Amino acid sequence: MTAPLFPSSSFLAGDSGGKGLLLVLLVAAIFVPVLNLAVPDGSIFHVSSYTLTLVGKYLCLAILALSVDLIWGYCGILSLGHGAFFALGGYAFGMYLMRQIGDRGVYGNAELPDFMVFLDWQELPWYWSGFDNFGFAMLMVLVVPSVLAFVFGWLAFRSRVTGVYFSIITQALTYALLLAFFRNDMGFGGNNGLTDFKEVLGYSLQSEVTRNVLFSLSAVSLGLFYLLFRWIVSSKFGRVLVAIRDAESRTRFTGYKVEYYKLFVFVLSAAVAGVAGALYVPQVGIINPGEFSPLNSIEVVVWVAIGGRGTLYGAVIGALIVNYAKTYFTAAMPEVWLFMLGGLFVVSTIYLPKGVVGLFQQYHERKSANVVKTLPAEAT
Amino acid sequence: MKTAHISDNTILYVNGISKSFDGFKALNSLSLTLEKGQMRAIIGPNGAGKTTMMDVITGKLRPDSGEVIFGENIDLTQYDEAEIANLGIGRKFQKPTVIESLSLLENLELALQGSRGVLQALFHRLSGEQKSRIDEVLELIALPDRRHELSGALSHGQKQWLEIGMLLVQNPQLLLVDEPAAGMTDSETEATAELLKEITGDHSVVVVEHDMDFIKALDTTVTVLHEGSTLTEGRLEDIQNDQRVIEVYLGR
Repeated sequence: MTAPLFPSSSFLAGDSGGKGLLLVLLVAAIFVPVLNLAVPDGSIFHVSSYTLTLVGKYLCLAILALSVDLIWGYCGILSLGHGAFFALGGYAFGMYLMRQIGDRGVYGNAELPDFMVFLDWQELPWYWSGFDNFGFAMLMVLVVPSVLAFVFGWLAFRSRVTGVYFSIITQALTYALLLAFFRNDMGFGGNNGLTDFKEVLGYSLQSEVTRNVLFSLSAVSLGLFYLLFRWIVSSKFGRVLVAIRDAESRTRFTGYKVEYYKLFVFVLSAAVAGVAGALYVPQVGIINPGEFSPLNSIEVVVWVAIGGRGTLYGAVIGALIVNYAKTYFTAAMPEVWLFMLGGLFVVSTIYLPKGVVGLFQQYHERKSANVVKTLPAEAT
Repeated sequence: MKTAHISDNTILYVNGISKSFDGFKALNSLSLTLEKGQMRAIIGPNGAGKTTMMDVITGKLRPDSGEVIFGENIDLTQYDEAEIANLGIGRKFQKPTVIESLSLLENLELALQGSRGVLQALFHRLSGEQKSRIDEVLELIALPDRRHELSGALSHGQKQWLEIGMLLVQNPQLLLVDEPAAGMTDSETEATAELLKEITGDHSVVVVEHDMDFIKALDTTVTVLHEGSTLTEGRLEDIQNDQRVIEVYLGR
């Protein structure tokens, strides 16, 4: 067996972890709704609506983890404020959902959301206009995080702010937004955020079918973003990202405008985080300033680190494992969860530098190394 | 300062550049002229300003004063590192710097002469011509069998060679090579000198080096730097007998 002189150009070639993930997502997108809707309650194959929503939520968080892995795992940009882009996407979509309530709010005001009536506002602020249109709101889900990421990234990358300094200012960014969104006069519901949603595109959010559709949509989106990111990191662009991560000045002296590459990937990652937030909000039914909390953004990085940085599917696995553990332990023994999360991070940094998927890879390599050892003659 | 005395054949014209760090004059009105297709070796004790000079030429540092002209009239002090690389200046670092988590092939692909744009990189495919150029350079740096290996697995000397190979596929008009023989065995050093001599002519080459045997093997004009300016210039034999050079190297 002779290796080809130049590697295959197919971007999924050799990505067995990714193919497995895509298969699981596809199966889940099709069969989980079947198991929820068609299989009767008492059956052991029945998926409860509680589980459905919970897993749907995890899938959105996995998209967020994917977006962090793209910039951190491949380009070395450690954003500790990516929750901000997720929350902005969530708010943009939440605004659409608020407008969909119409006159069914507590105050029955068709023009203004409840919290504005409560604040005794007379008219809708200008920045709320257009959000009754689904298409416009979806556009804003992409545009708002992208514009913020563009401006922020332009200033940071052009001034060559890197490493821990960059991480710190991203924390400051999300904290500043947290404080801003807490204020009632920002016009985003203050402390309570946006909630009490009724329907999306005319379909009730309480209906089983809508919830299943949202679940499948989250699974499919995760799969599509995985494909997009895998294609990107397998291109020459992806190799420039790795070059920037490993040897930034070498990349500059080779003629690459590092700031453009960083900016492109940072904006893309922010937009995808925004979409994750938009899918998350209708499933959990609320978006409030707590989503901007600096701790949230740090947690995302922990998911990626535990799953395995720089593999994409590792980020997804990490997000699913840690969030499942969080759900379980915060119910079973709430007081130990934060210690566990911290412990998990320490353990994975020291013993699993390549995360959970690194373990599998090691096992795989050892197995194939044994094969080579036993078959020296046929190997070449 | 006028740029009038640049001949058509000049590739690099460094005129009176100075650079201070917190009062320390790393470069003190340094001047240097290099002709197209010429090789120049630069020696000097530690702190003489060799690396600072490289940094100024490649855009990493801006000089406090003086000018750096590339080719006929390109003022390099106006450009950043990436732009200068694209103008046709390649640099090899003192410590070999390759992208360790990419294969040799991928390292060369990145360095290969061509577009550096973001969108082009997304849709990039190697053409047949580019593939054969990469093959050619892999032969030249004697690493054709290791093309798929990660470059992090190479020995120190092999990394030096890979980095030189990256410069070759980048195909710059001017190569700045910082201590290429550092950490190499004698035979590797010899082969490196041969390689650099071979590419001189098609390219102009500036080599900074400490190793006198290596300089001797290069057999070219030597510039001696001292305290940020040019002390003297000439053939190695003459320089080794120059009283000032001996003083600088051995102390007063």
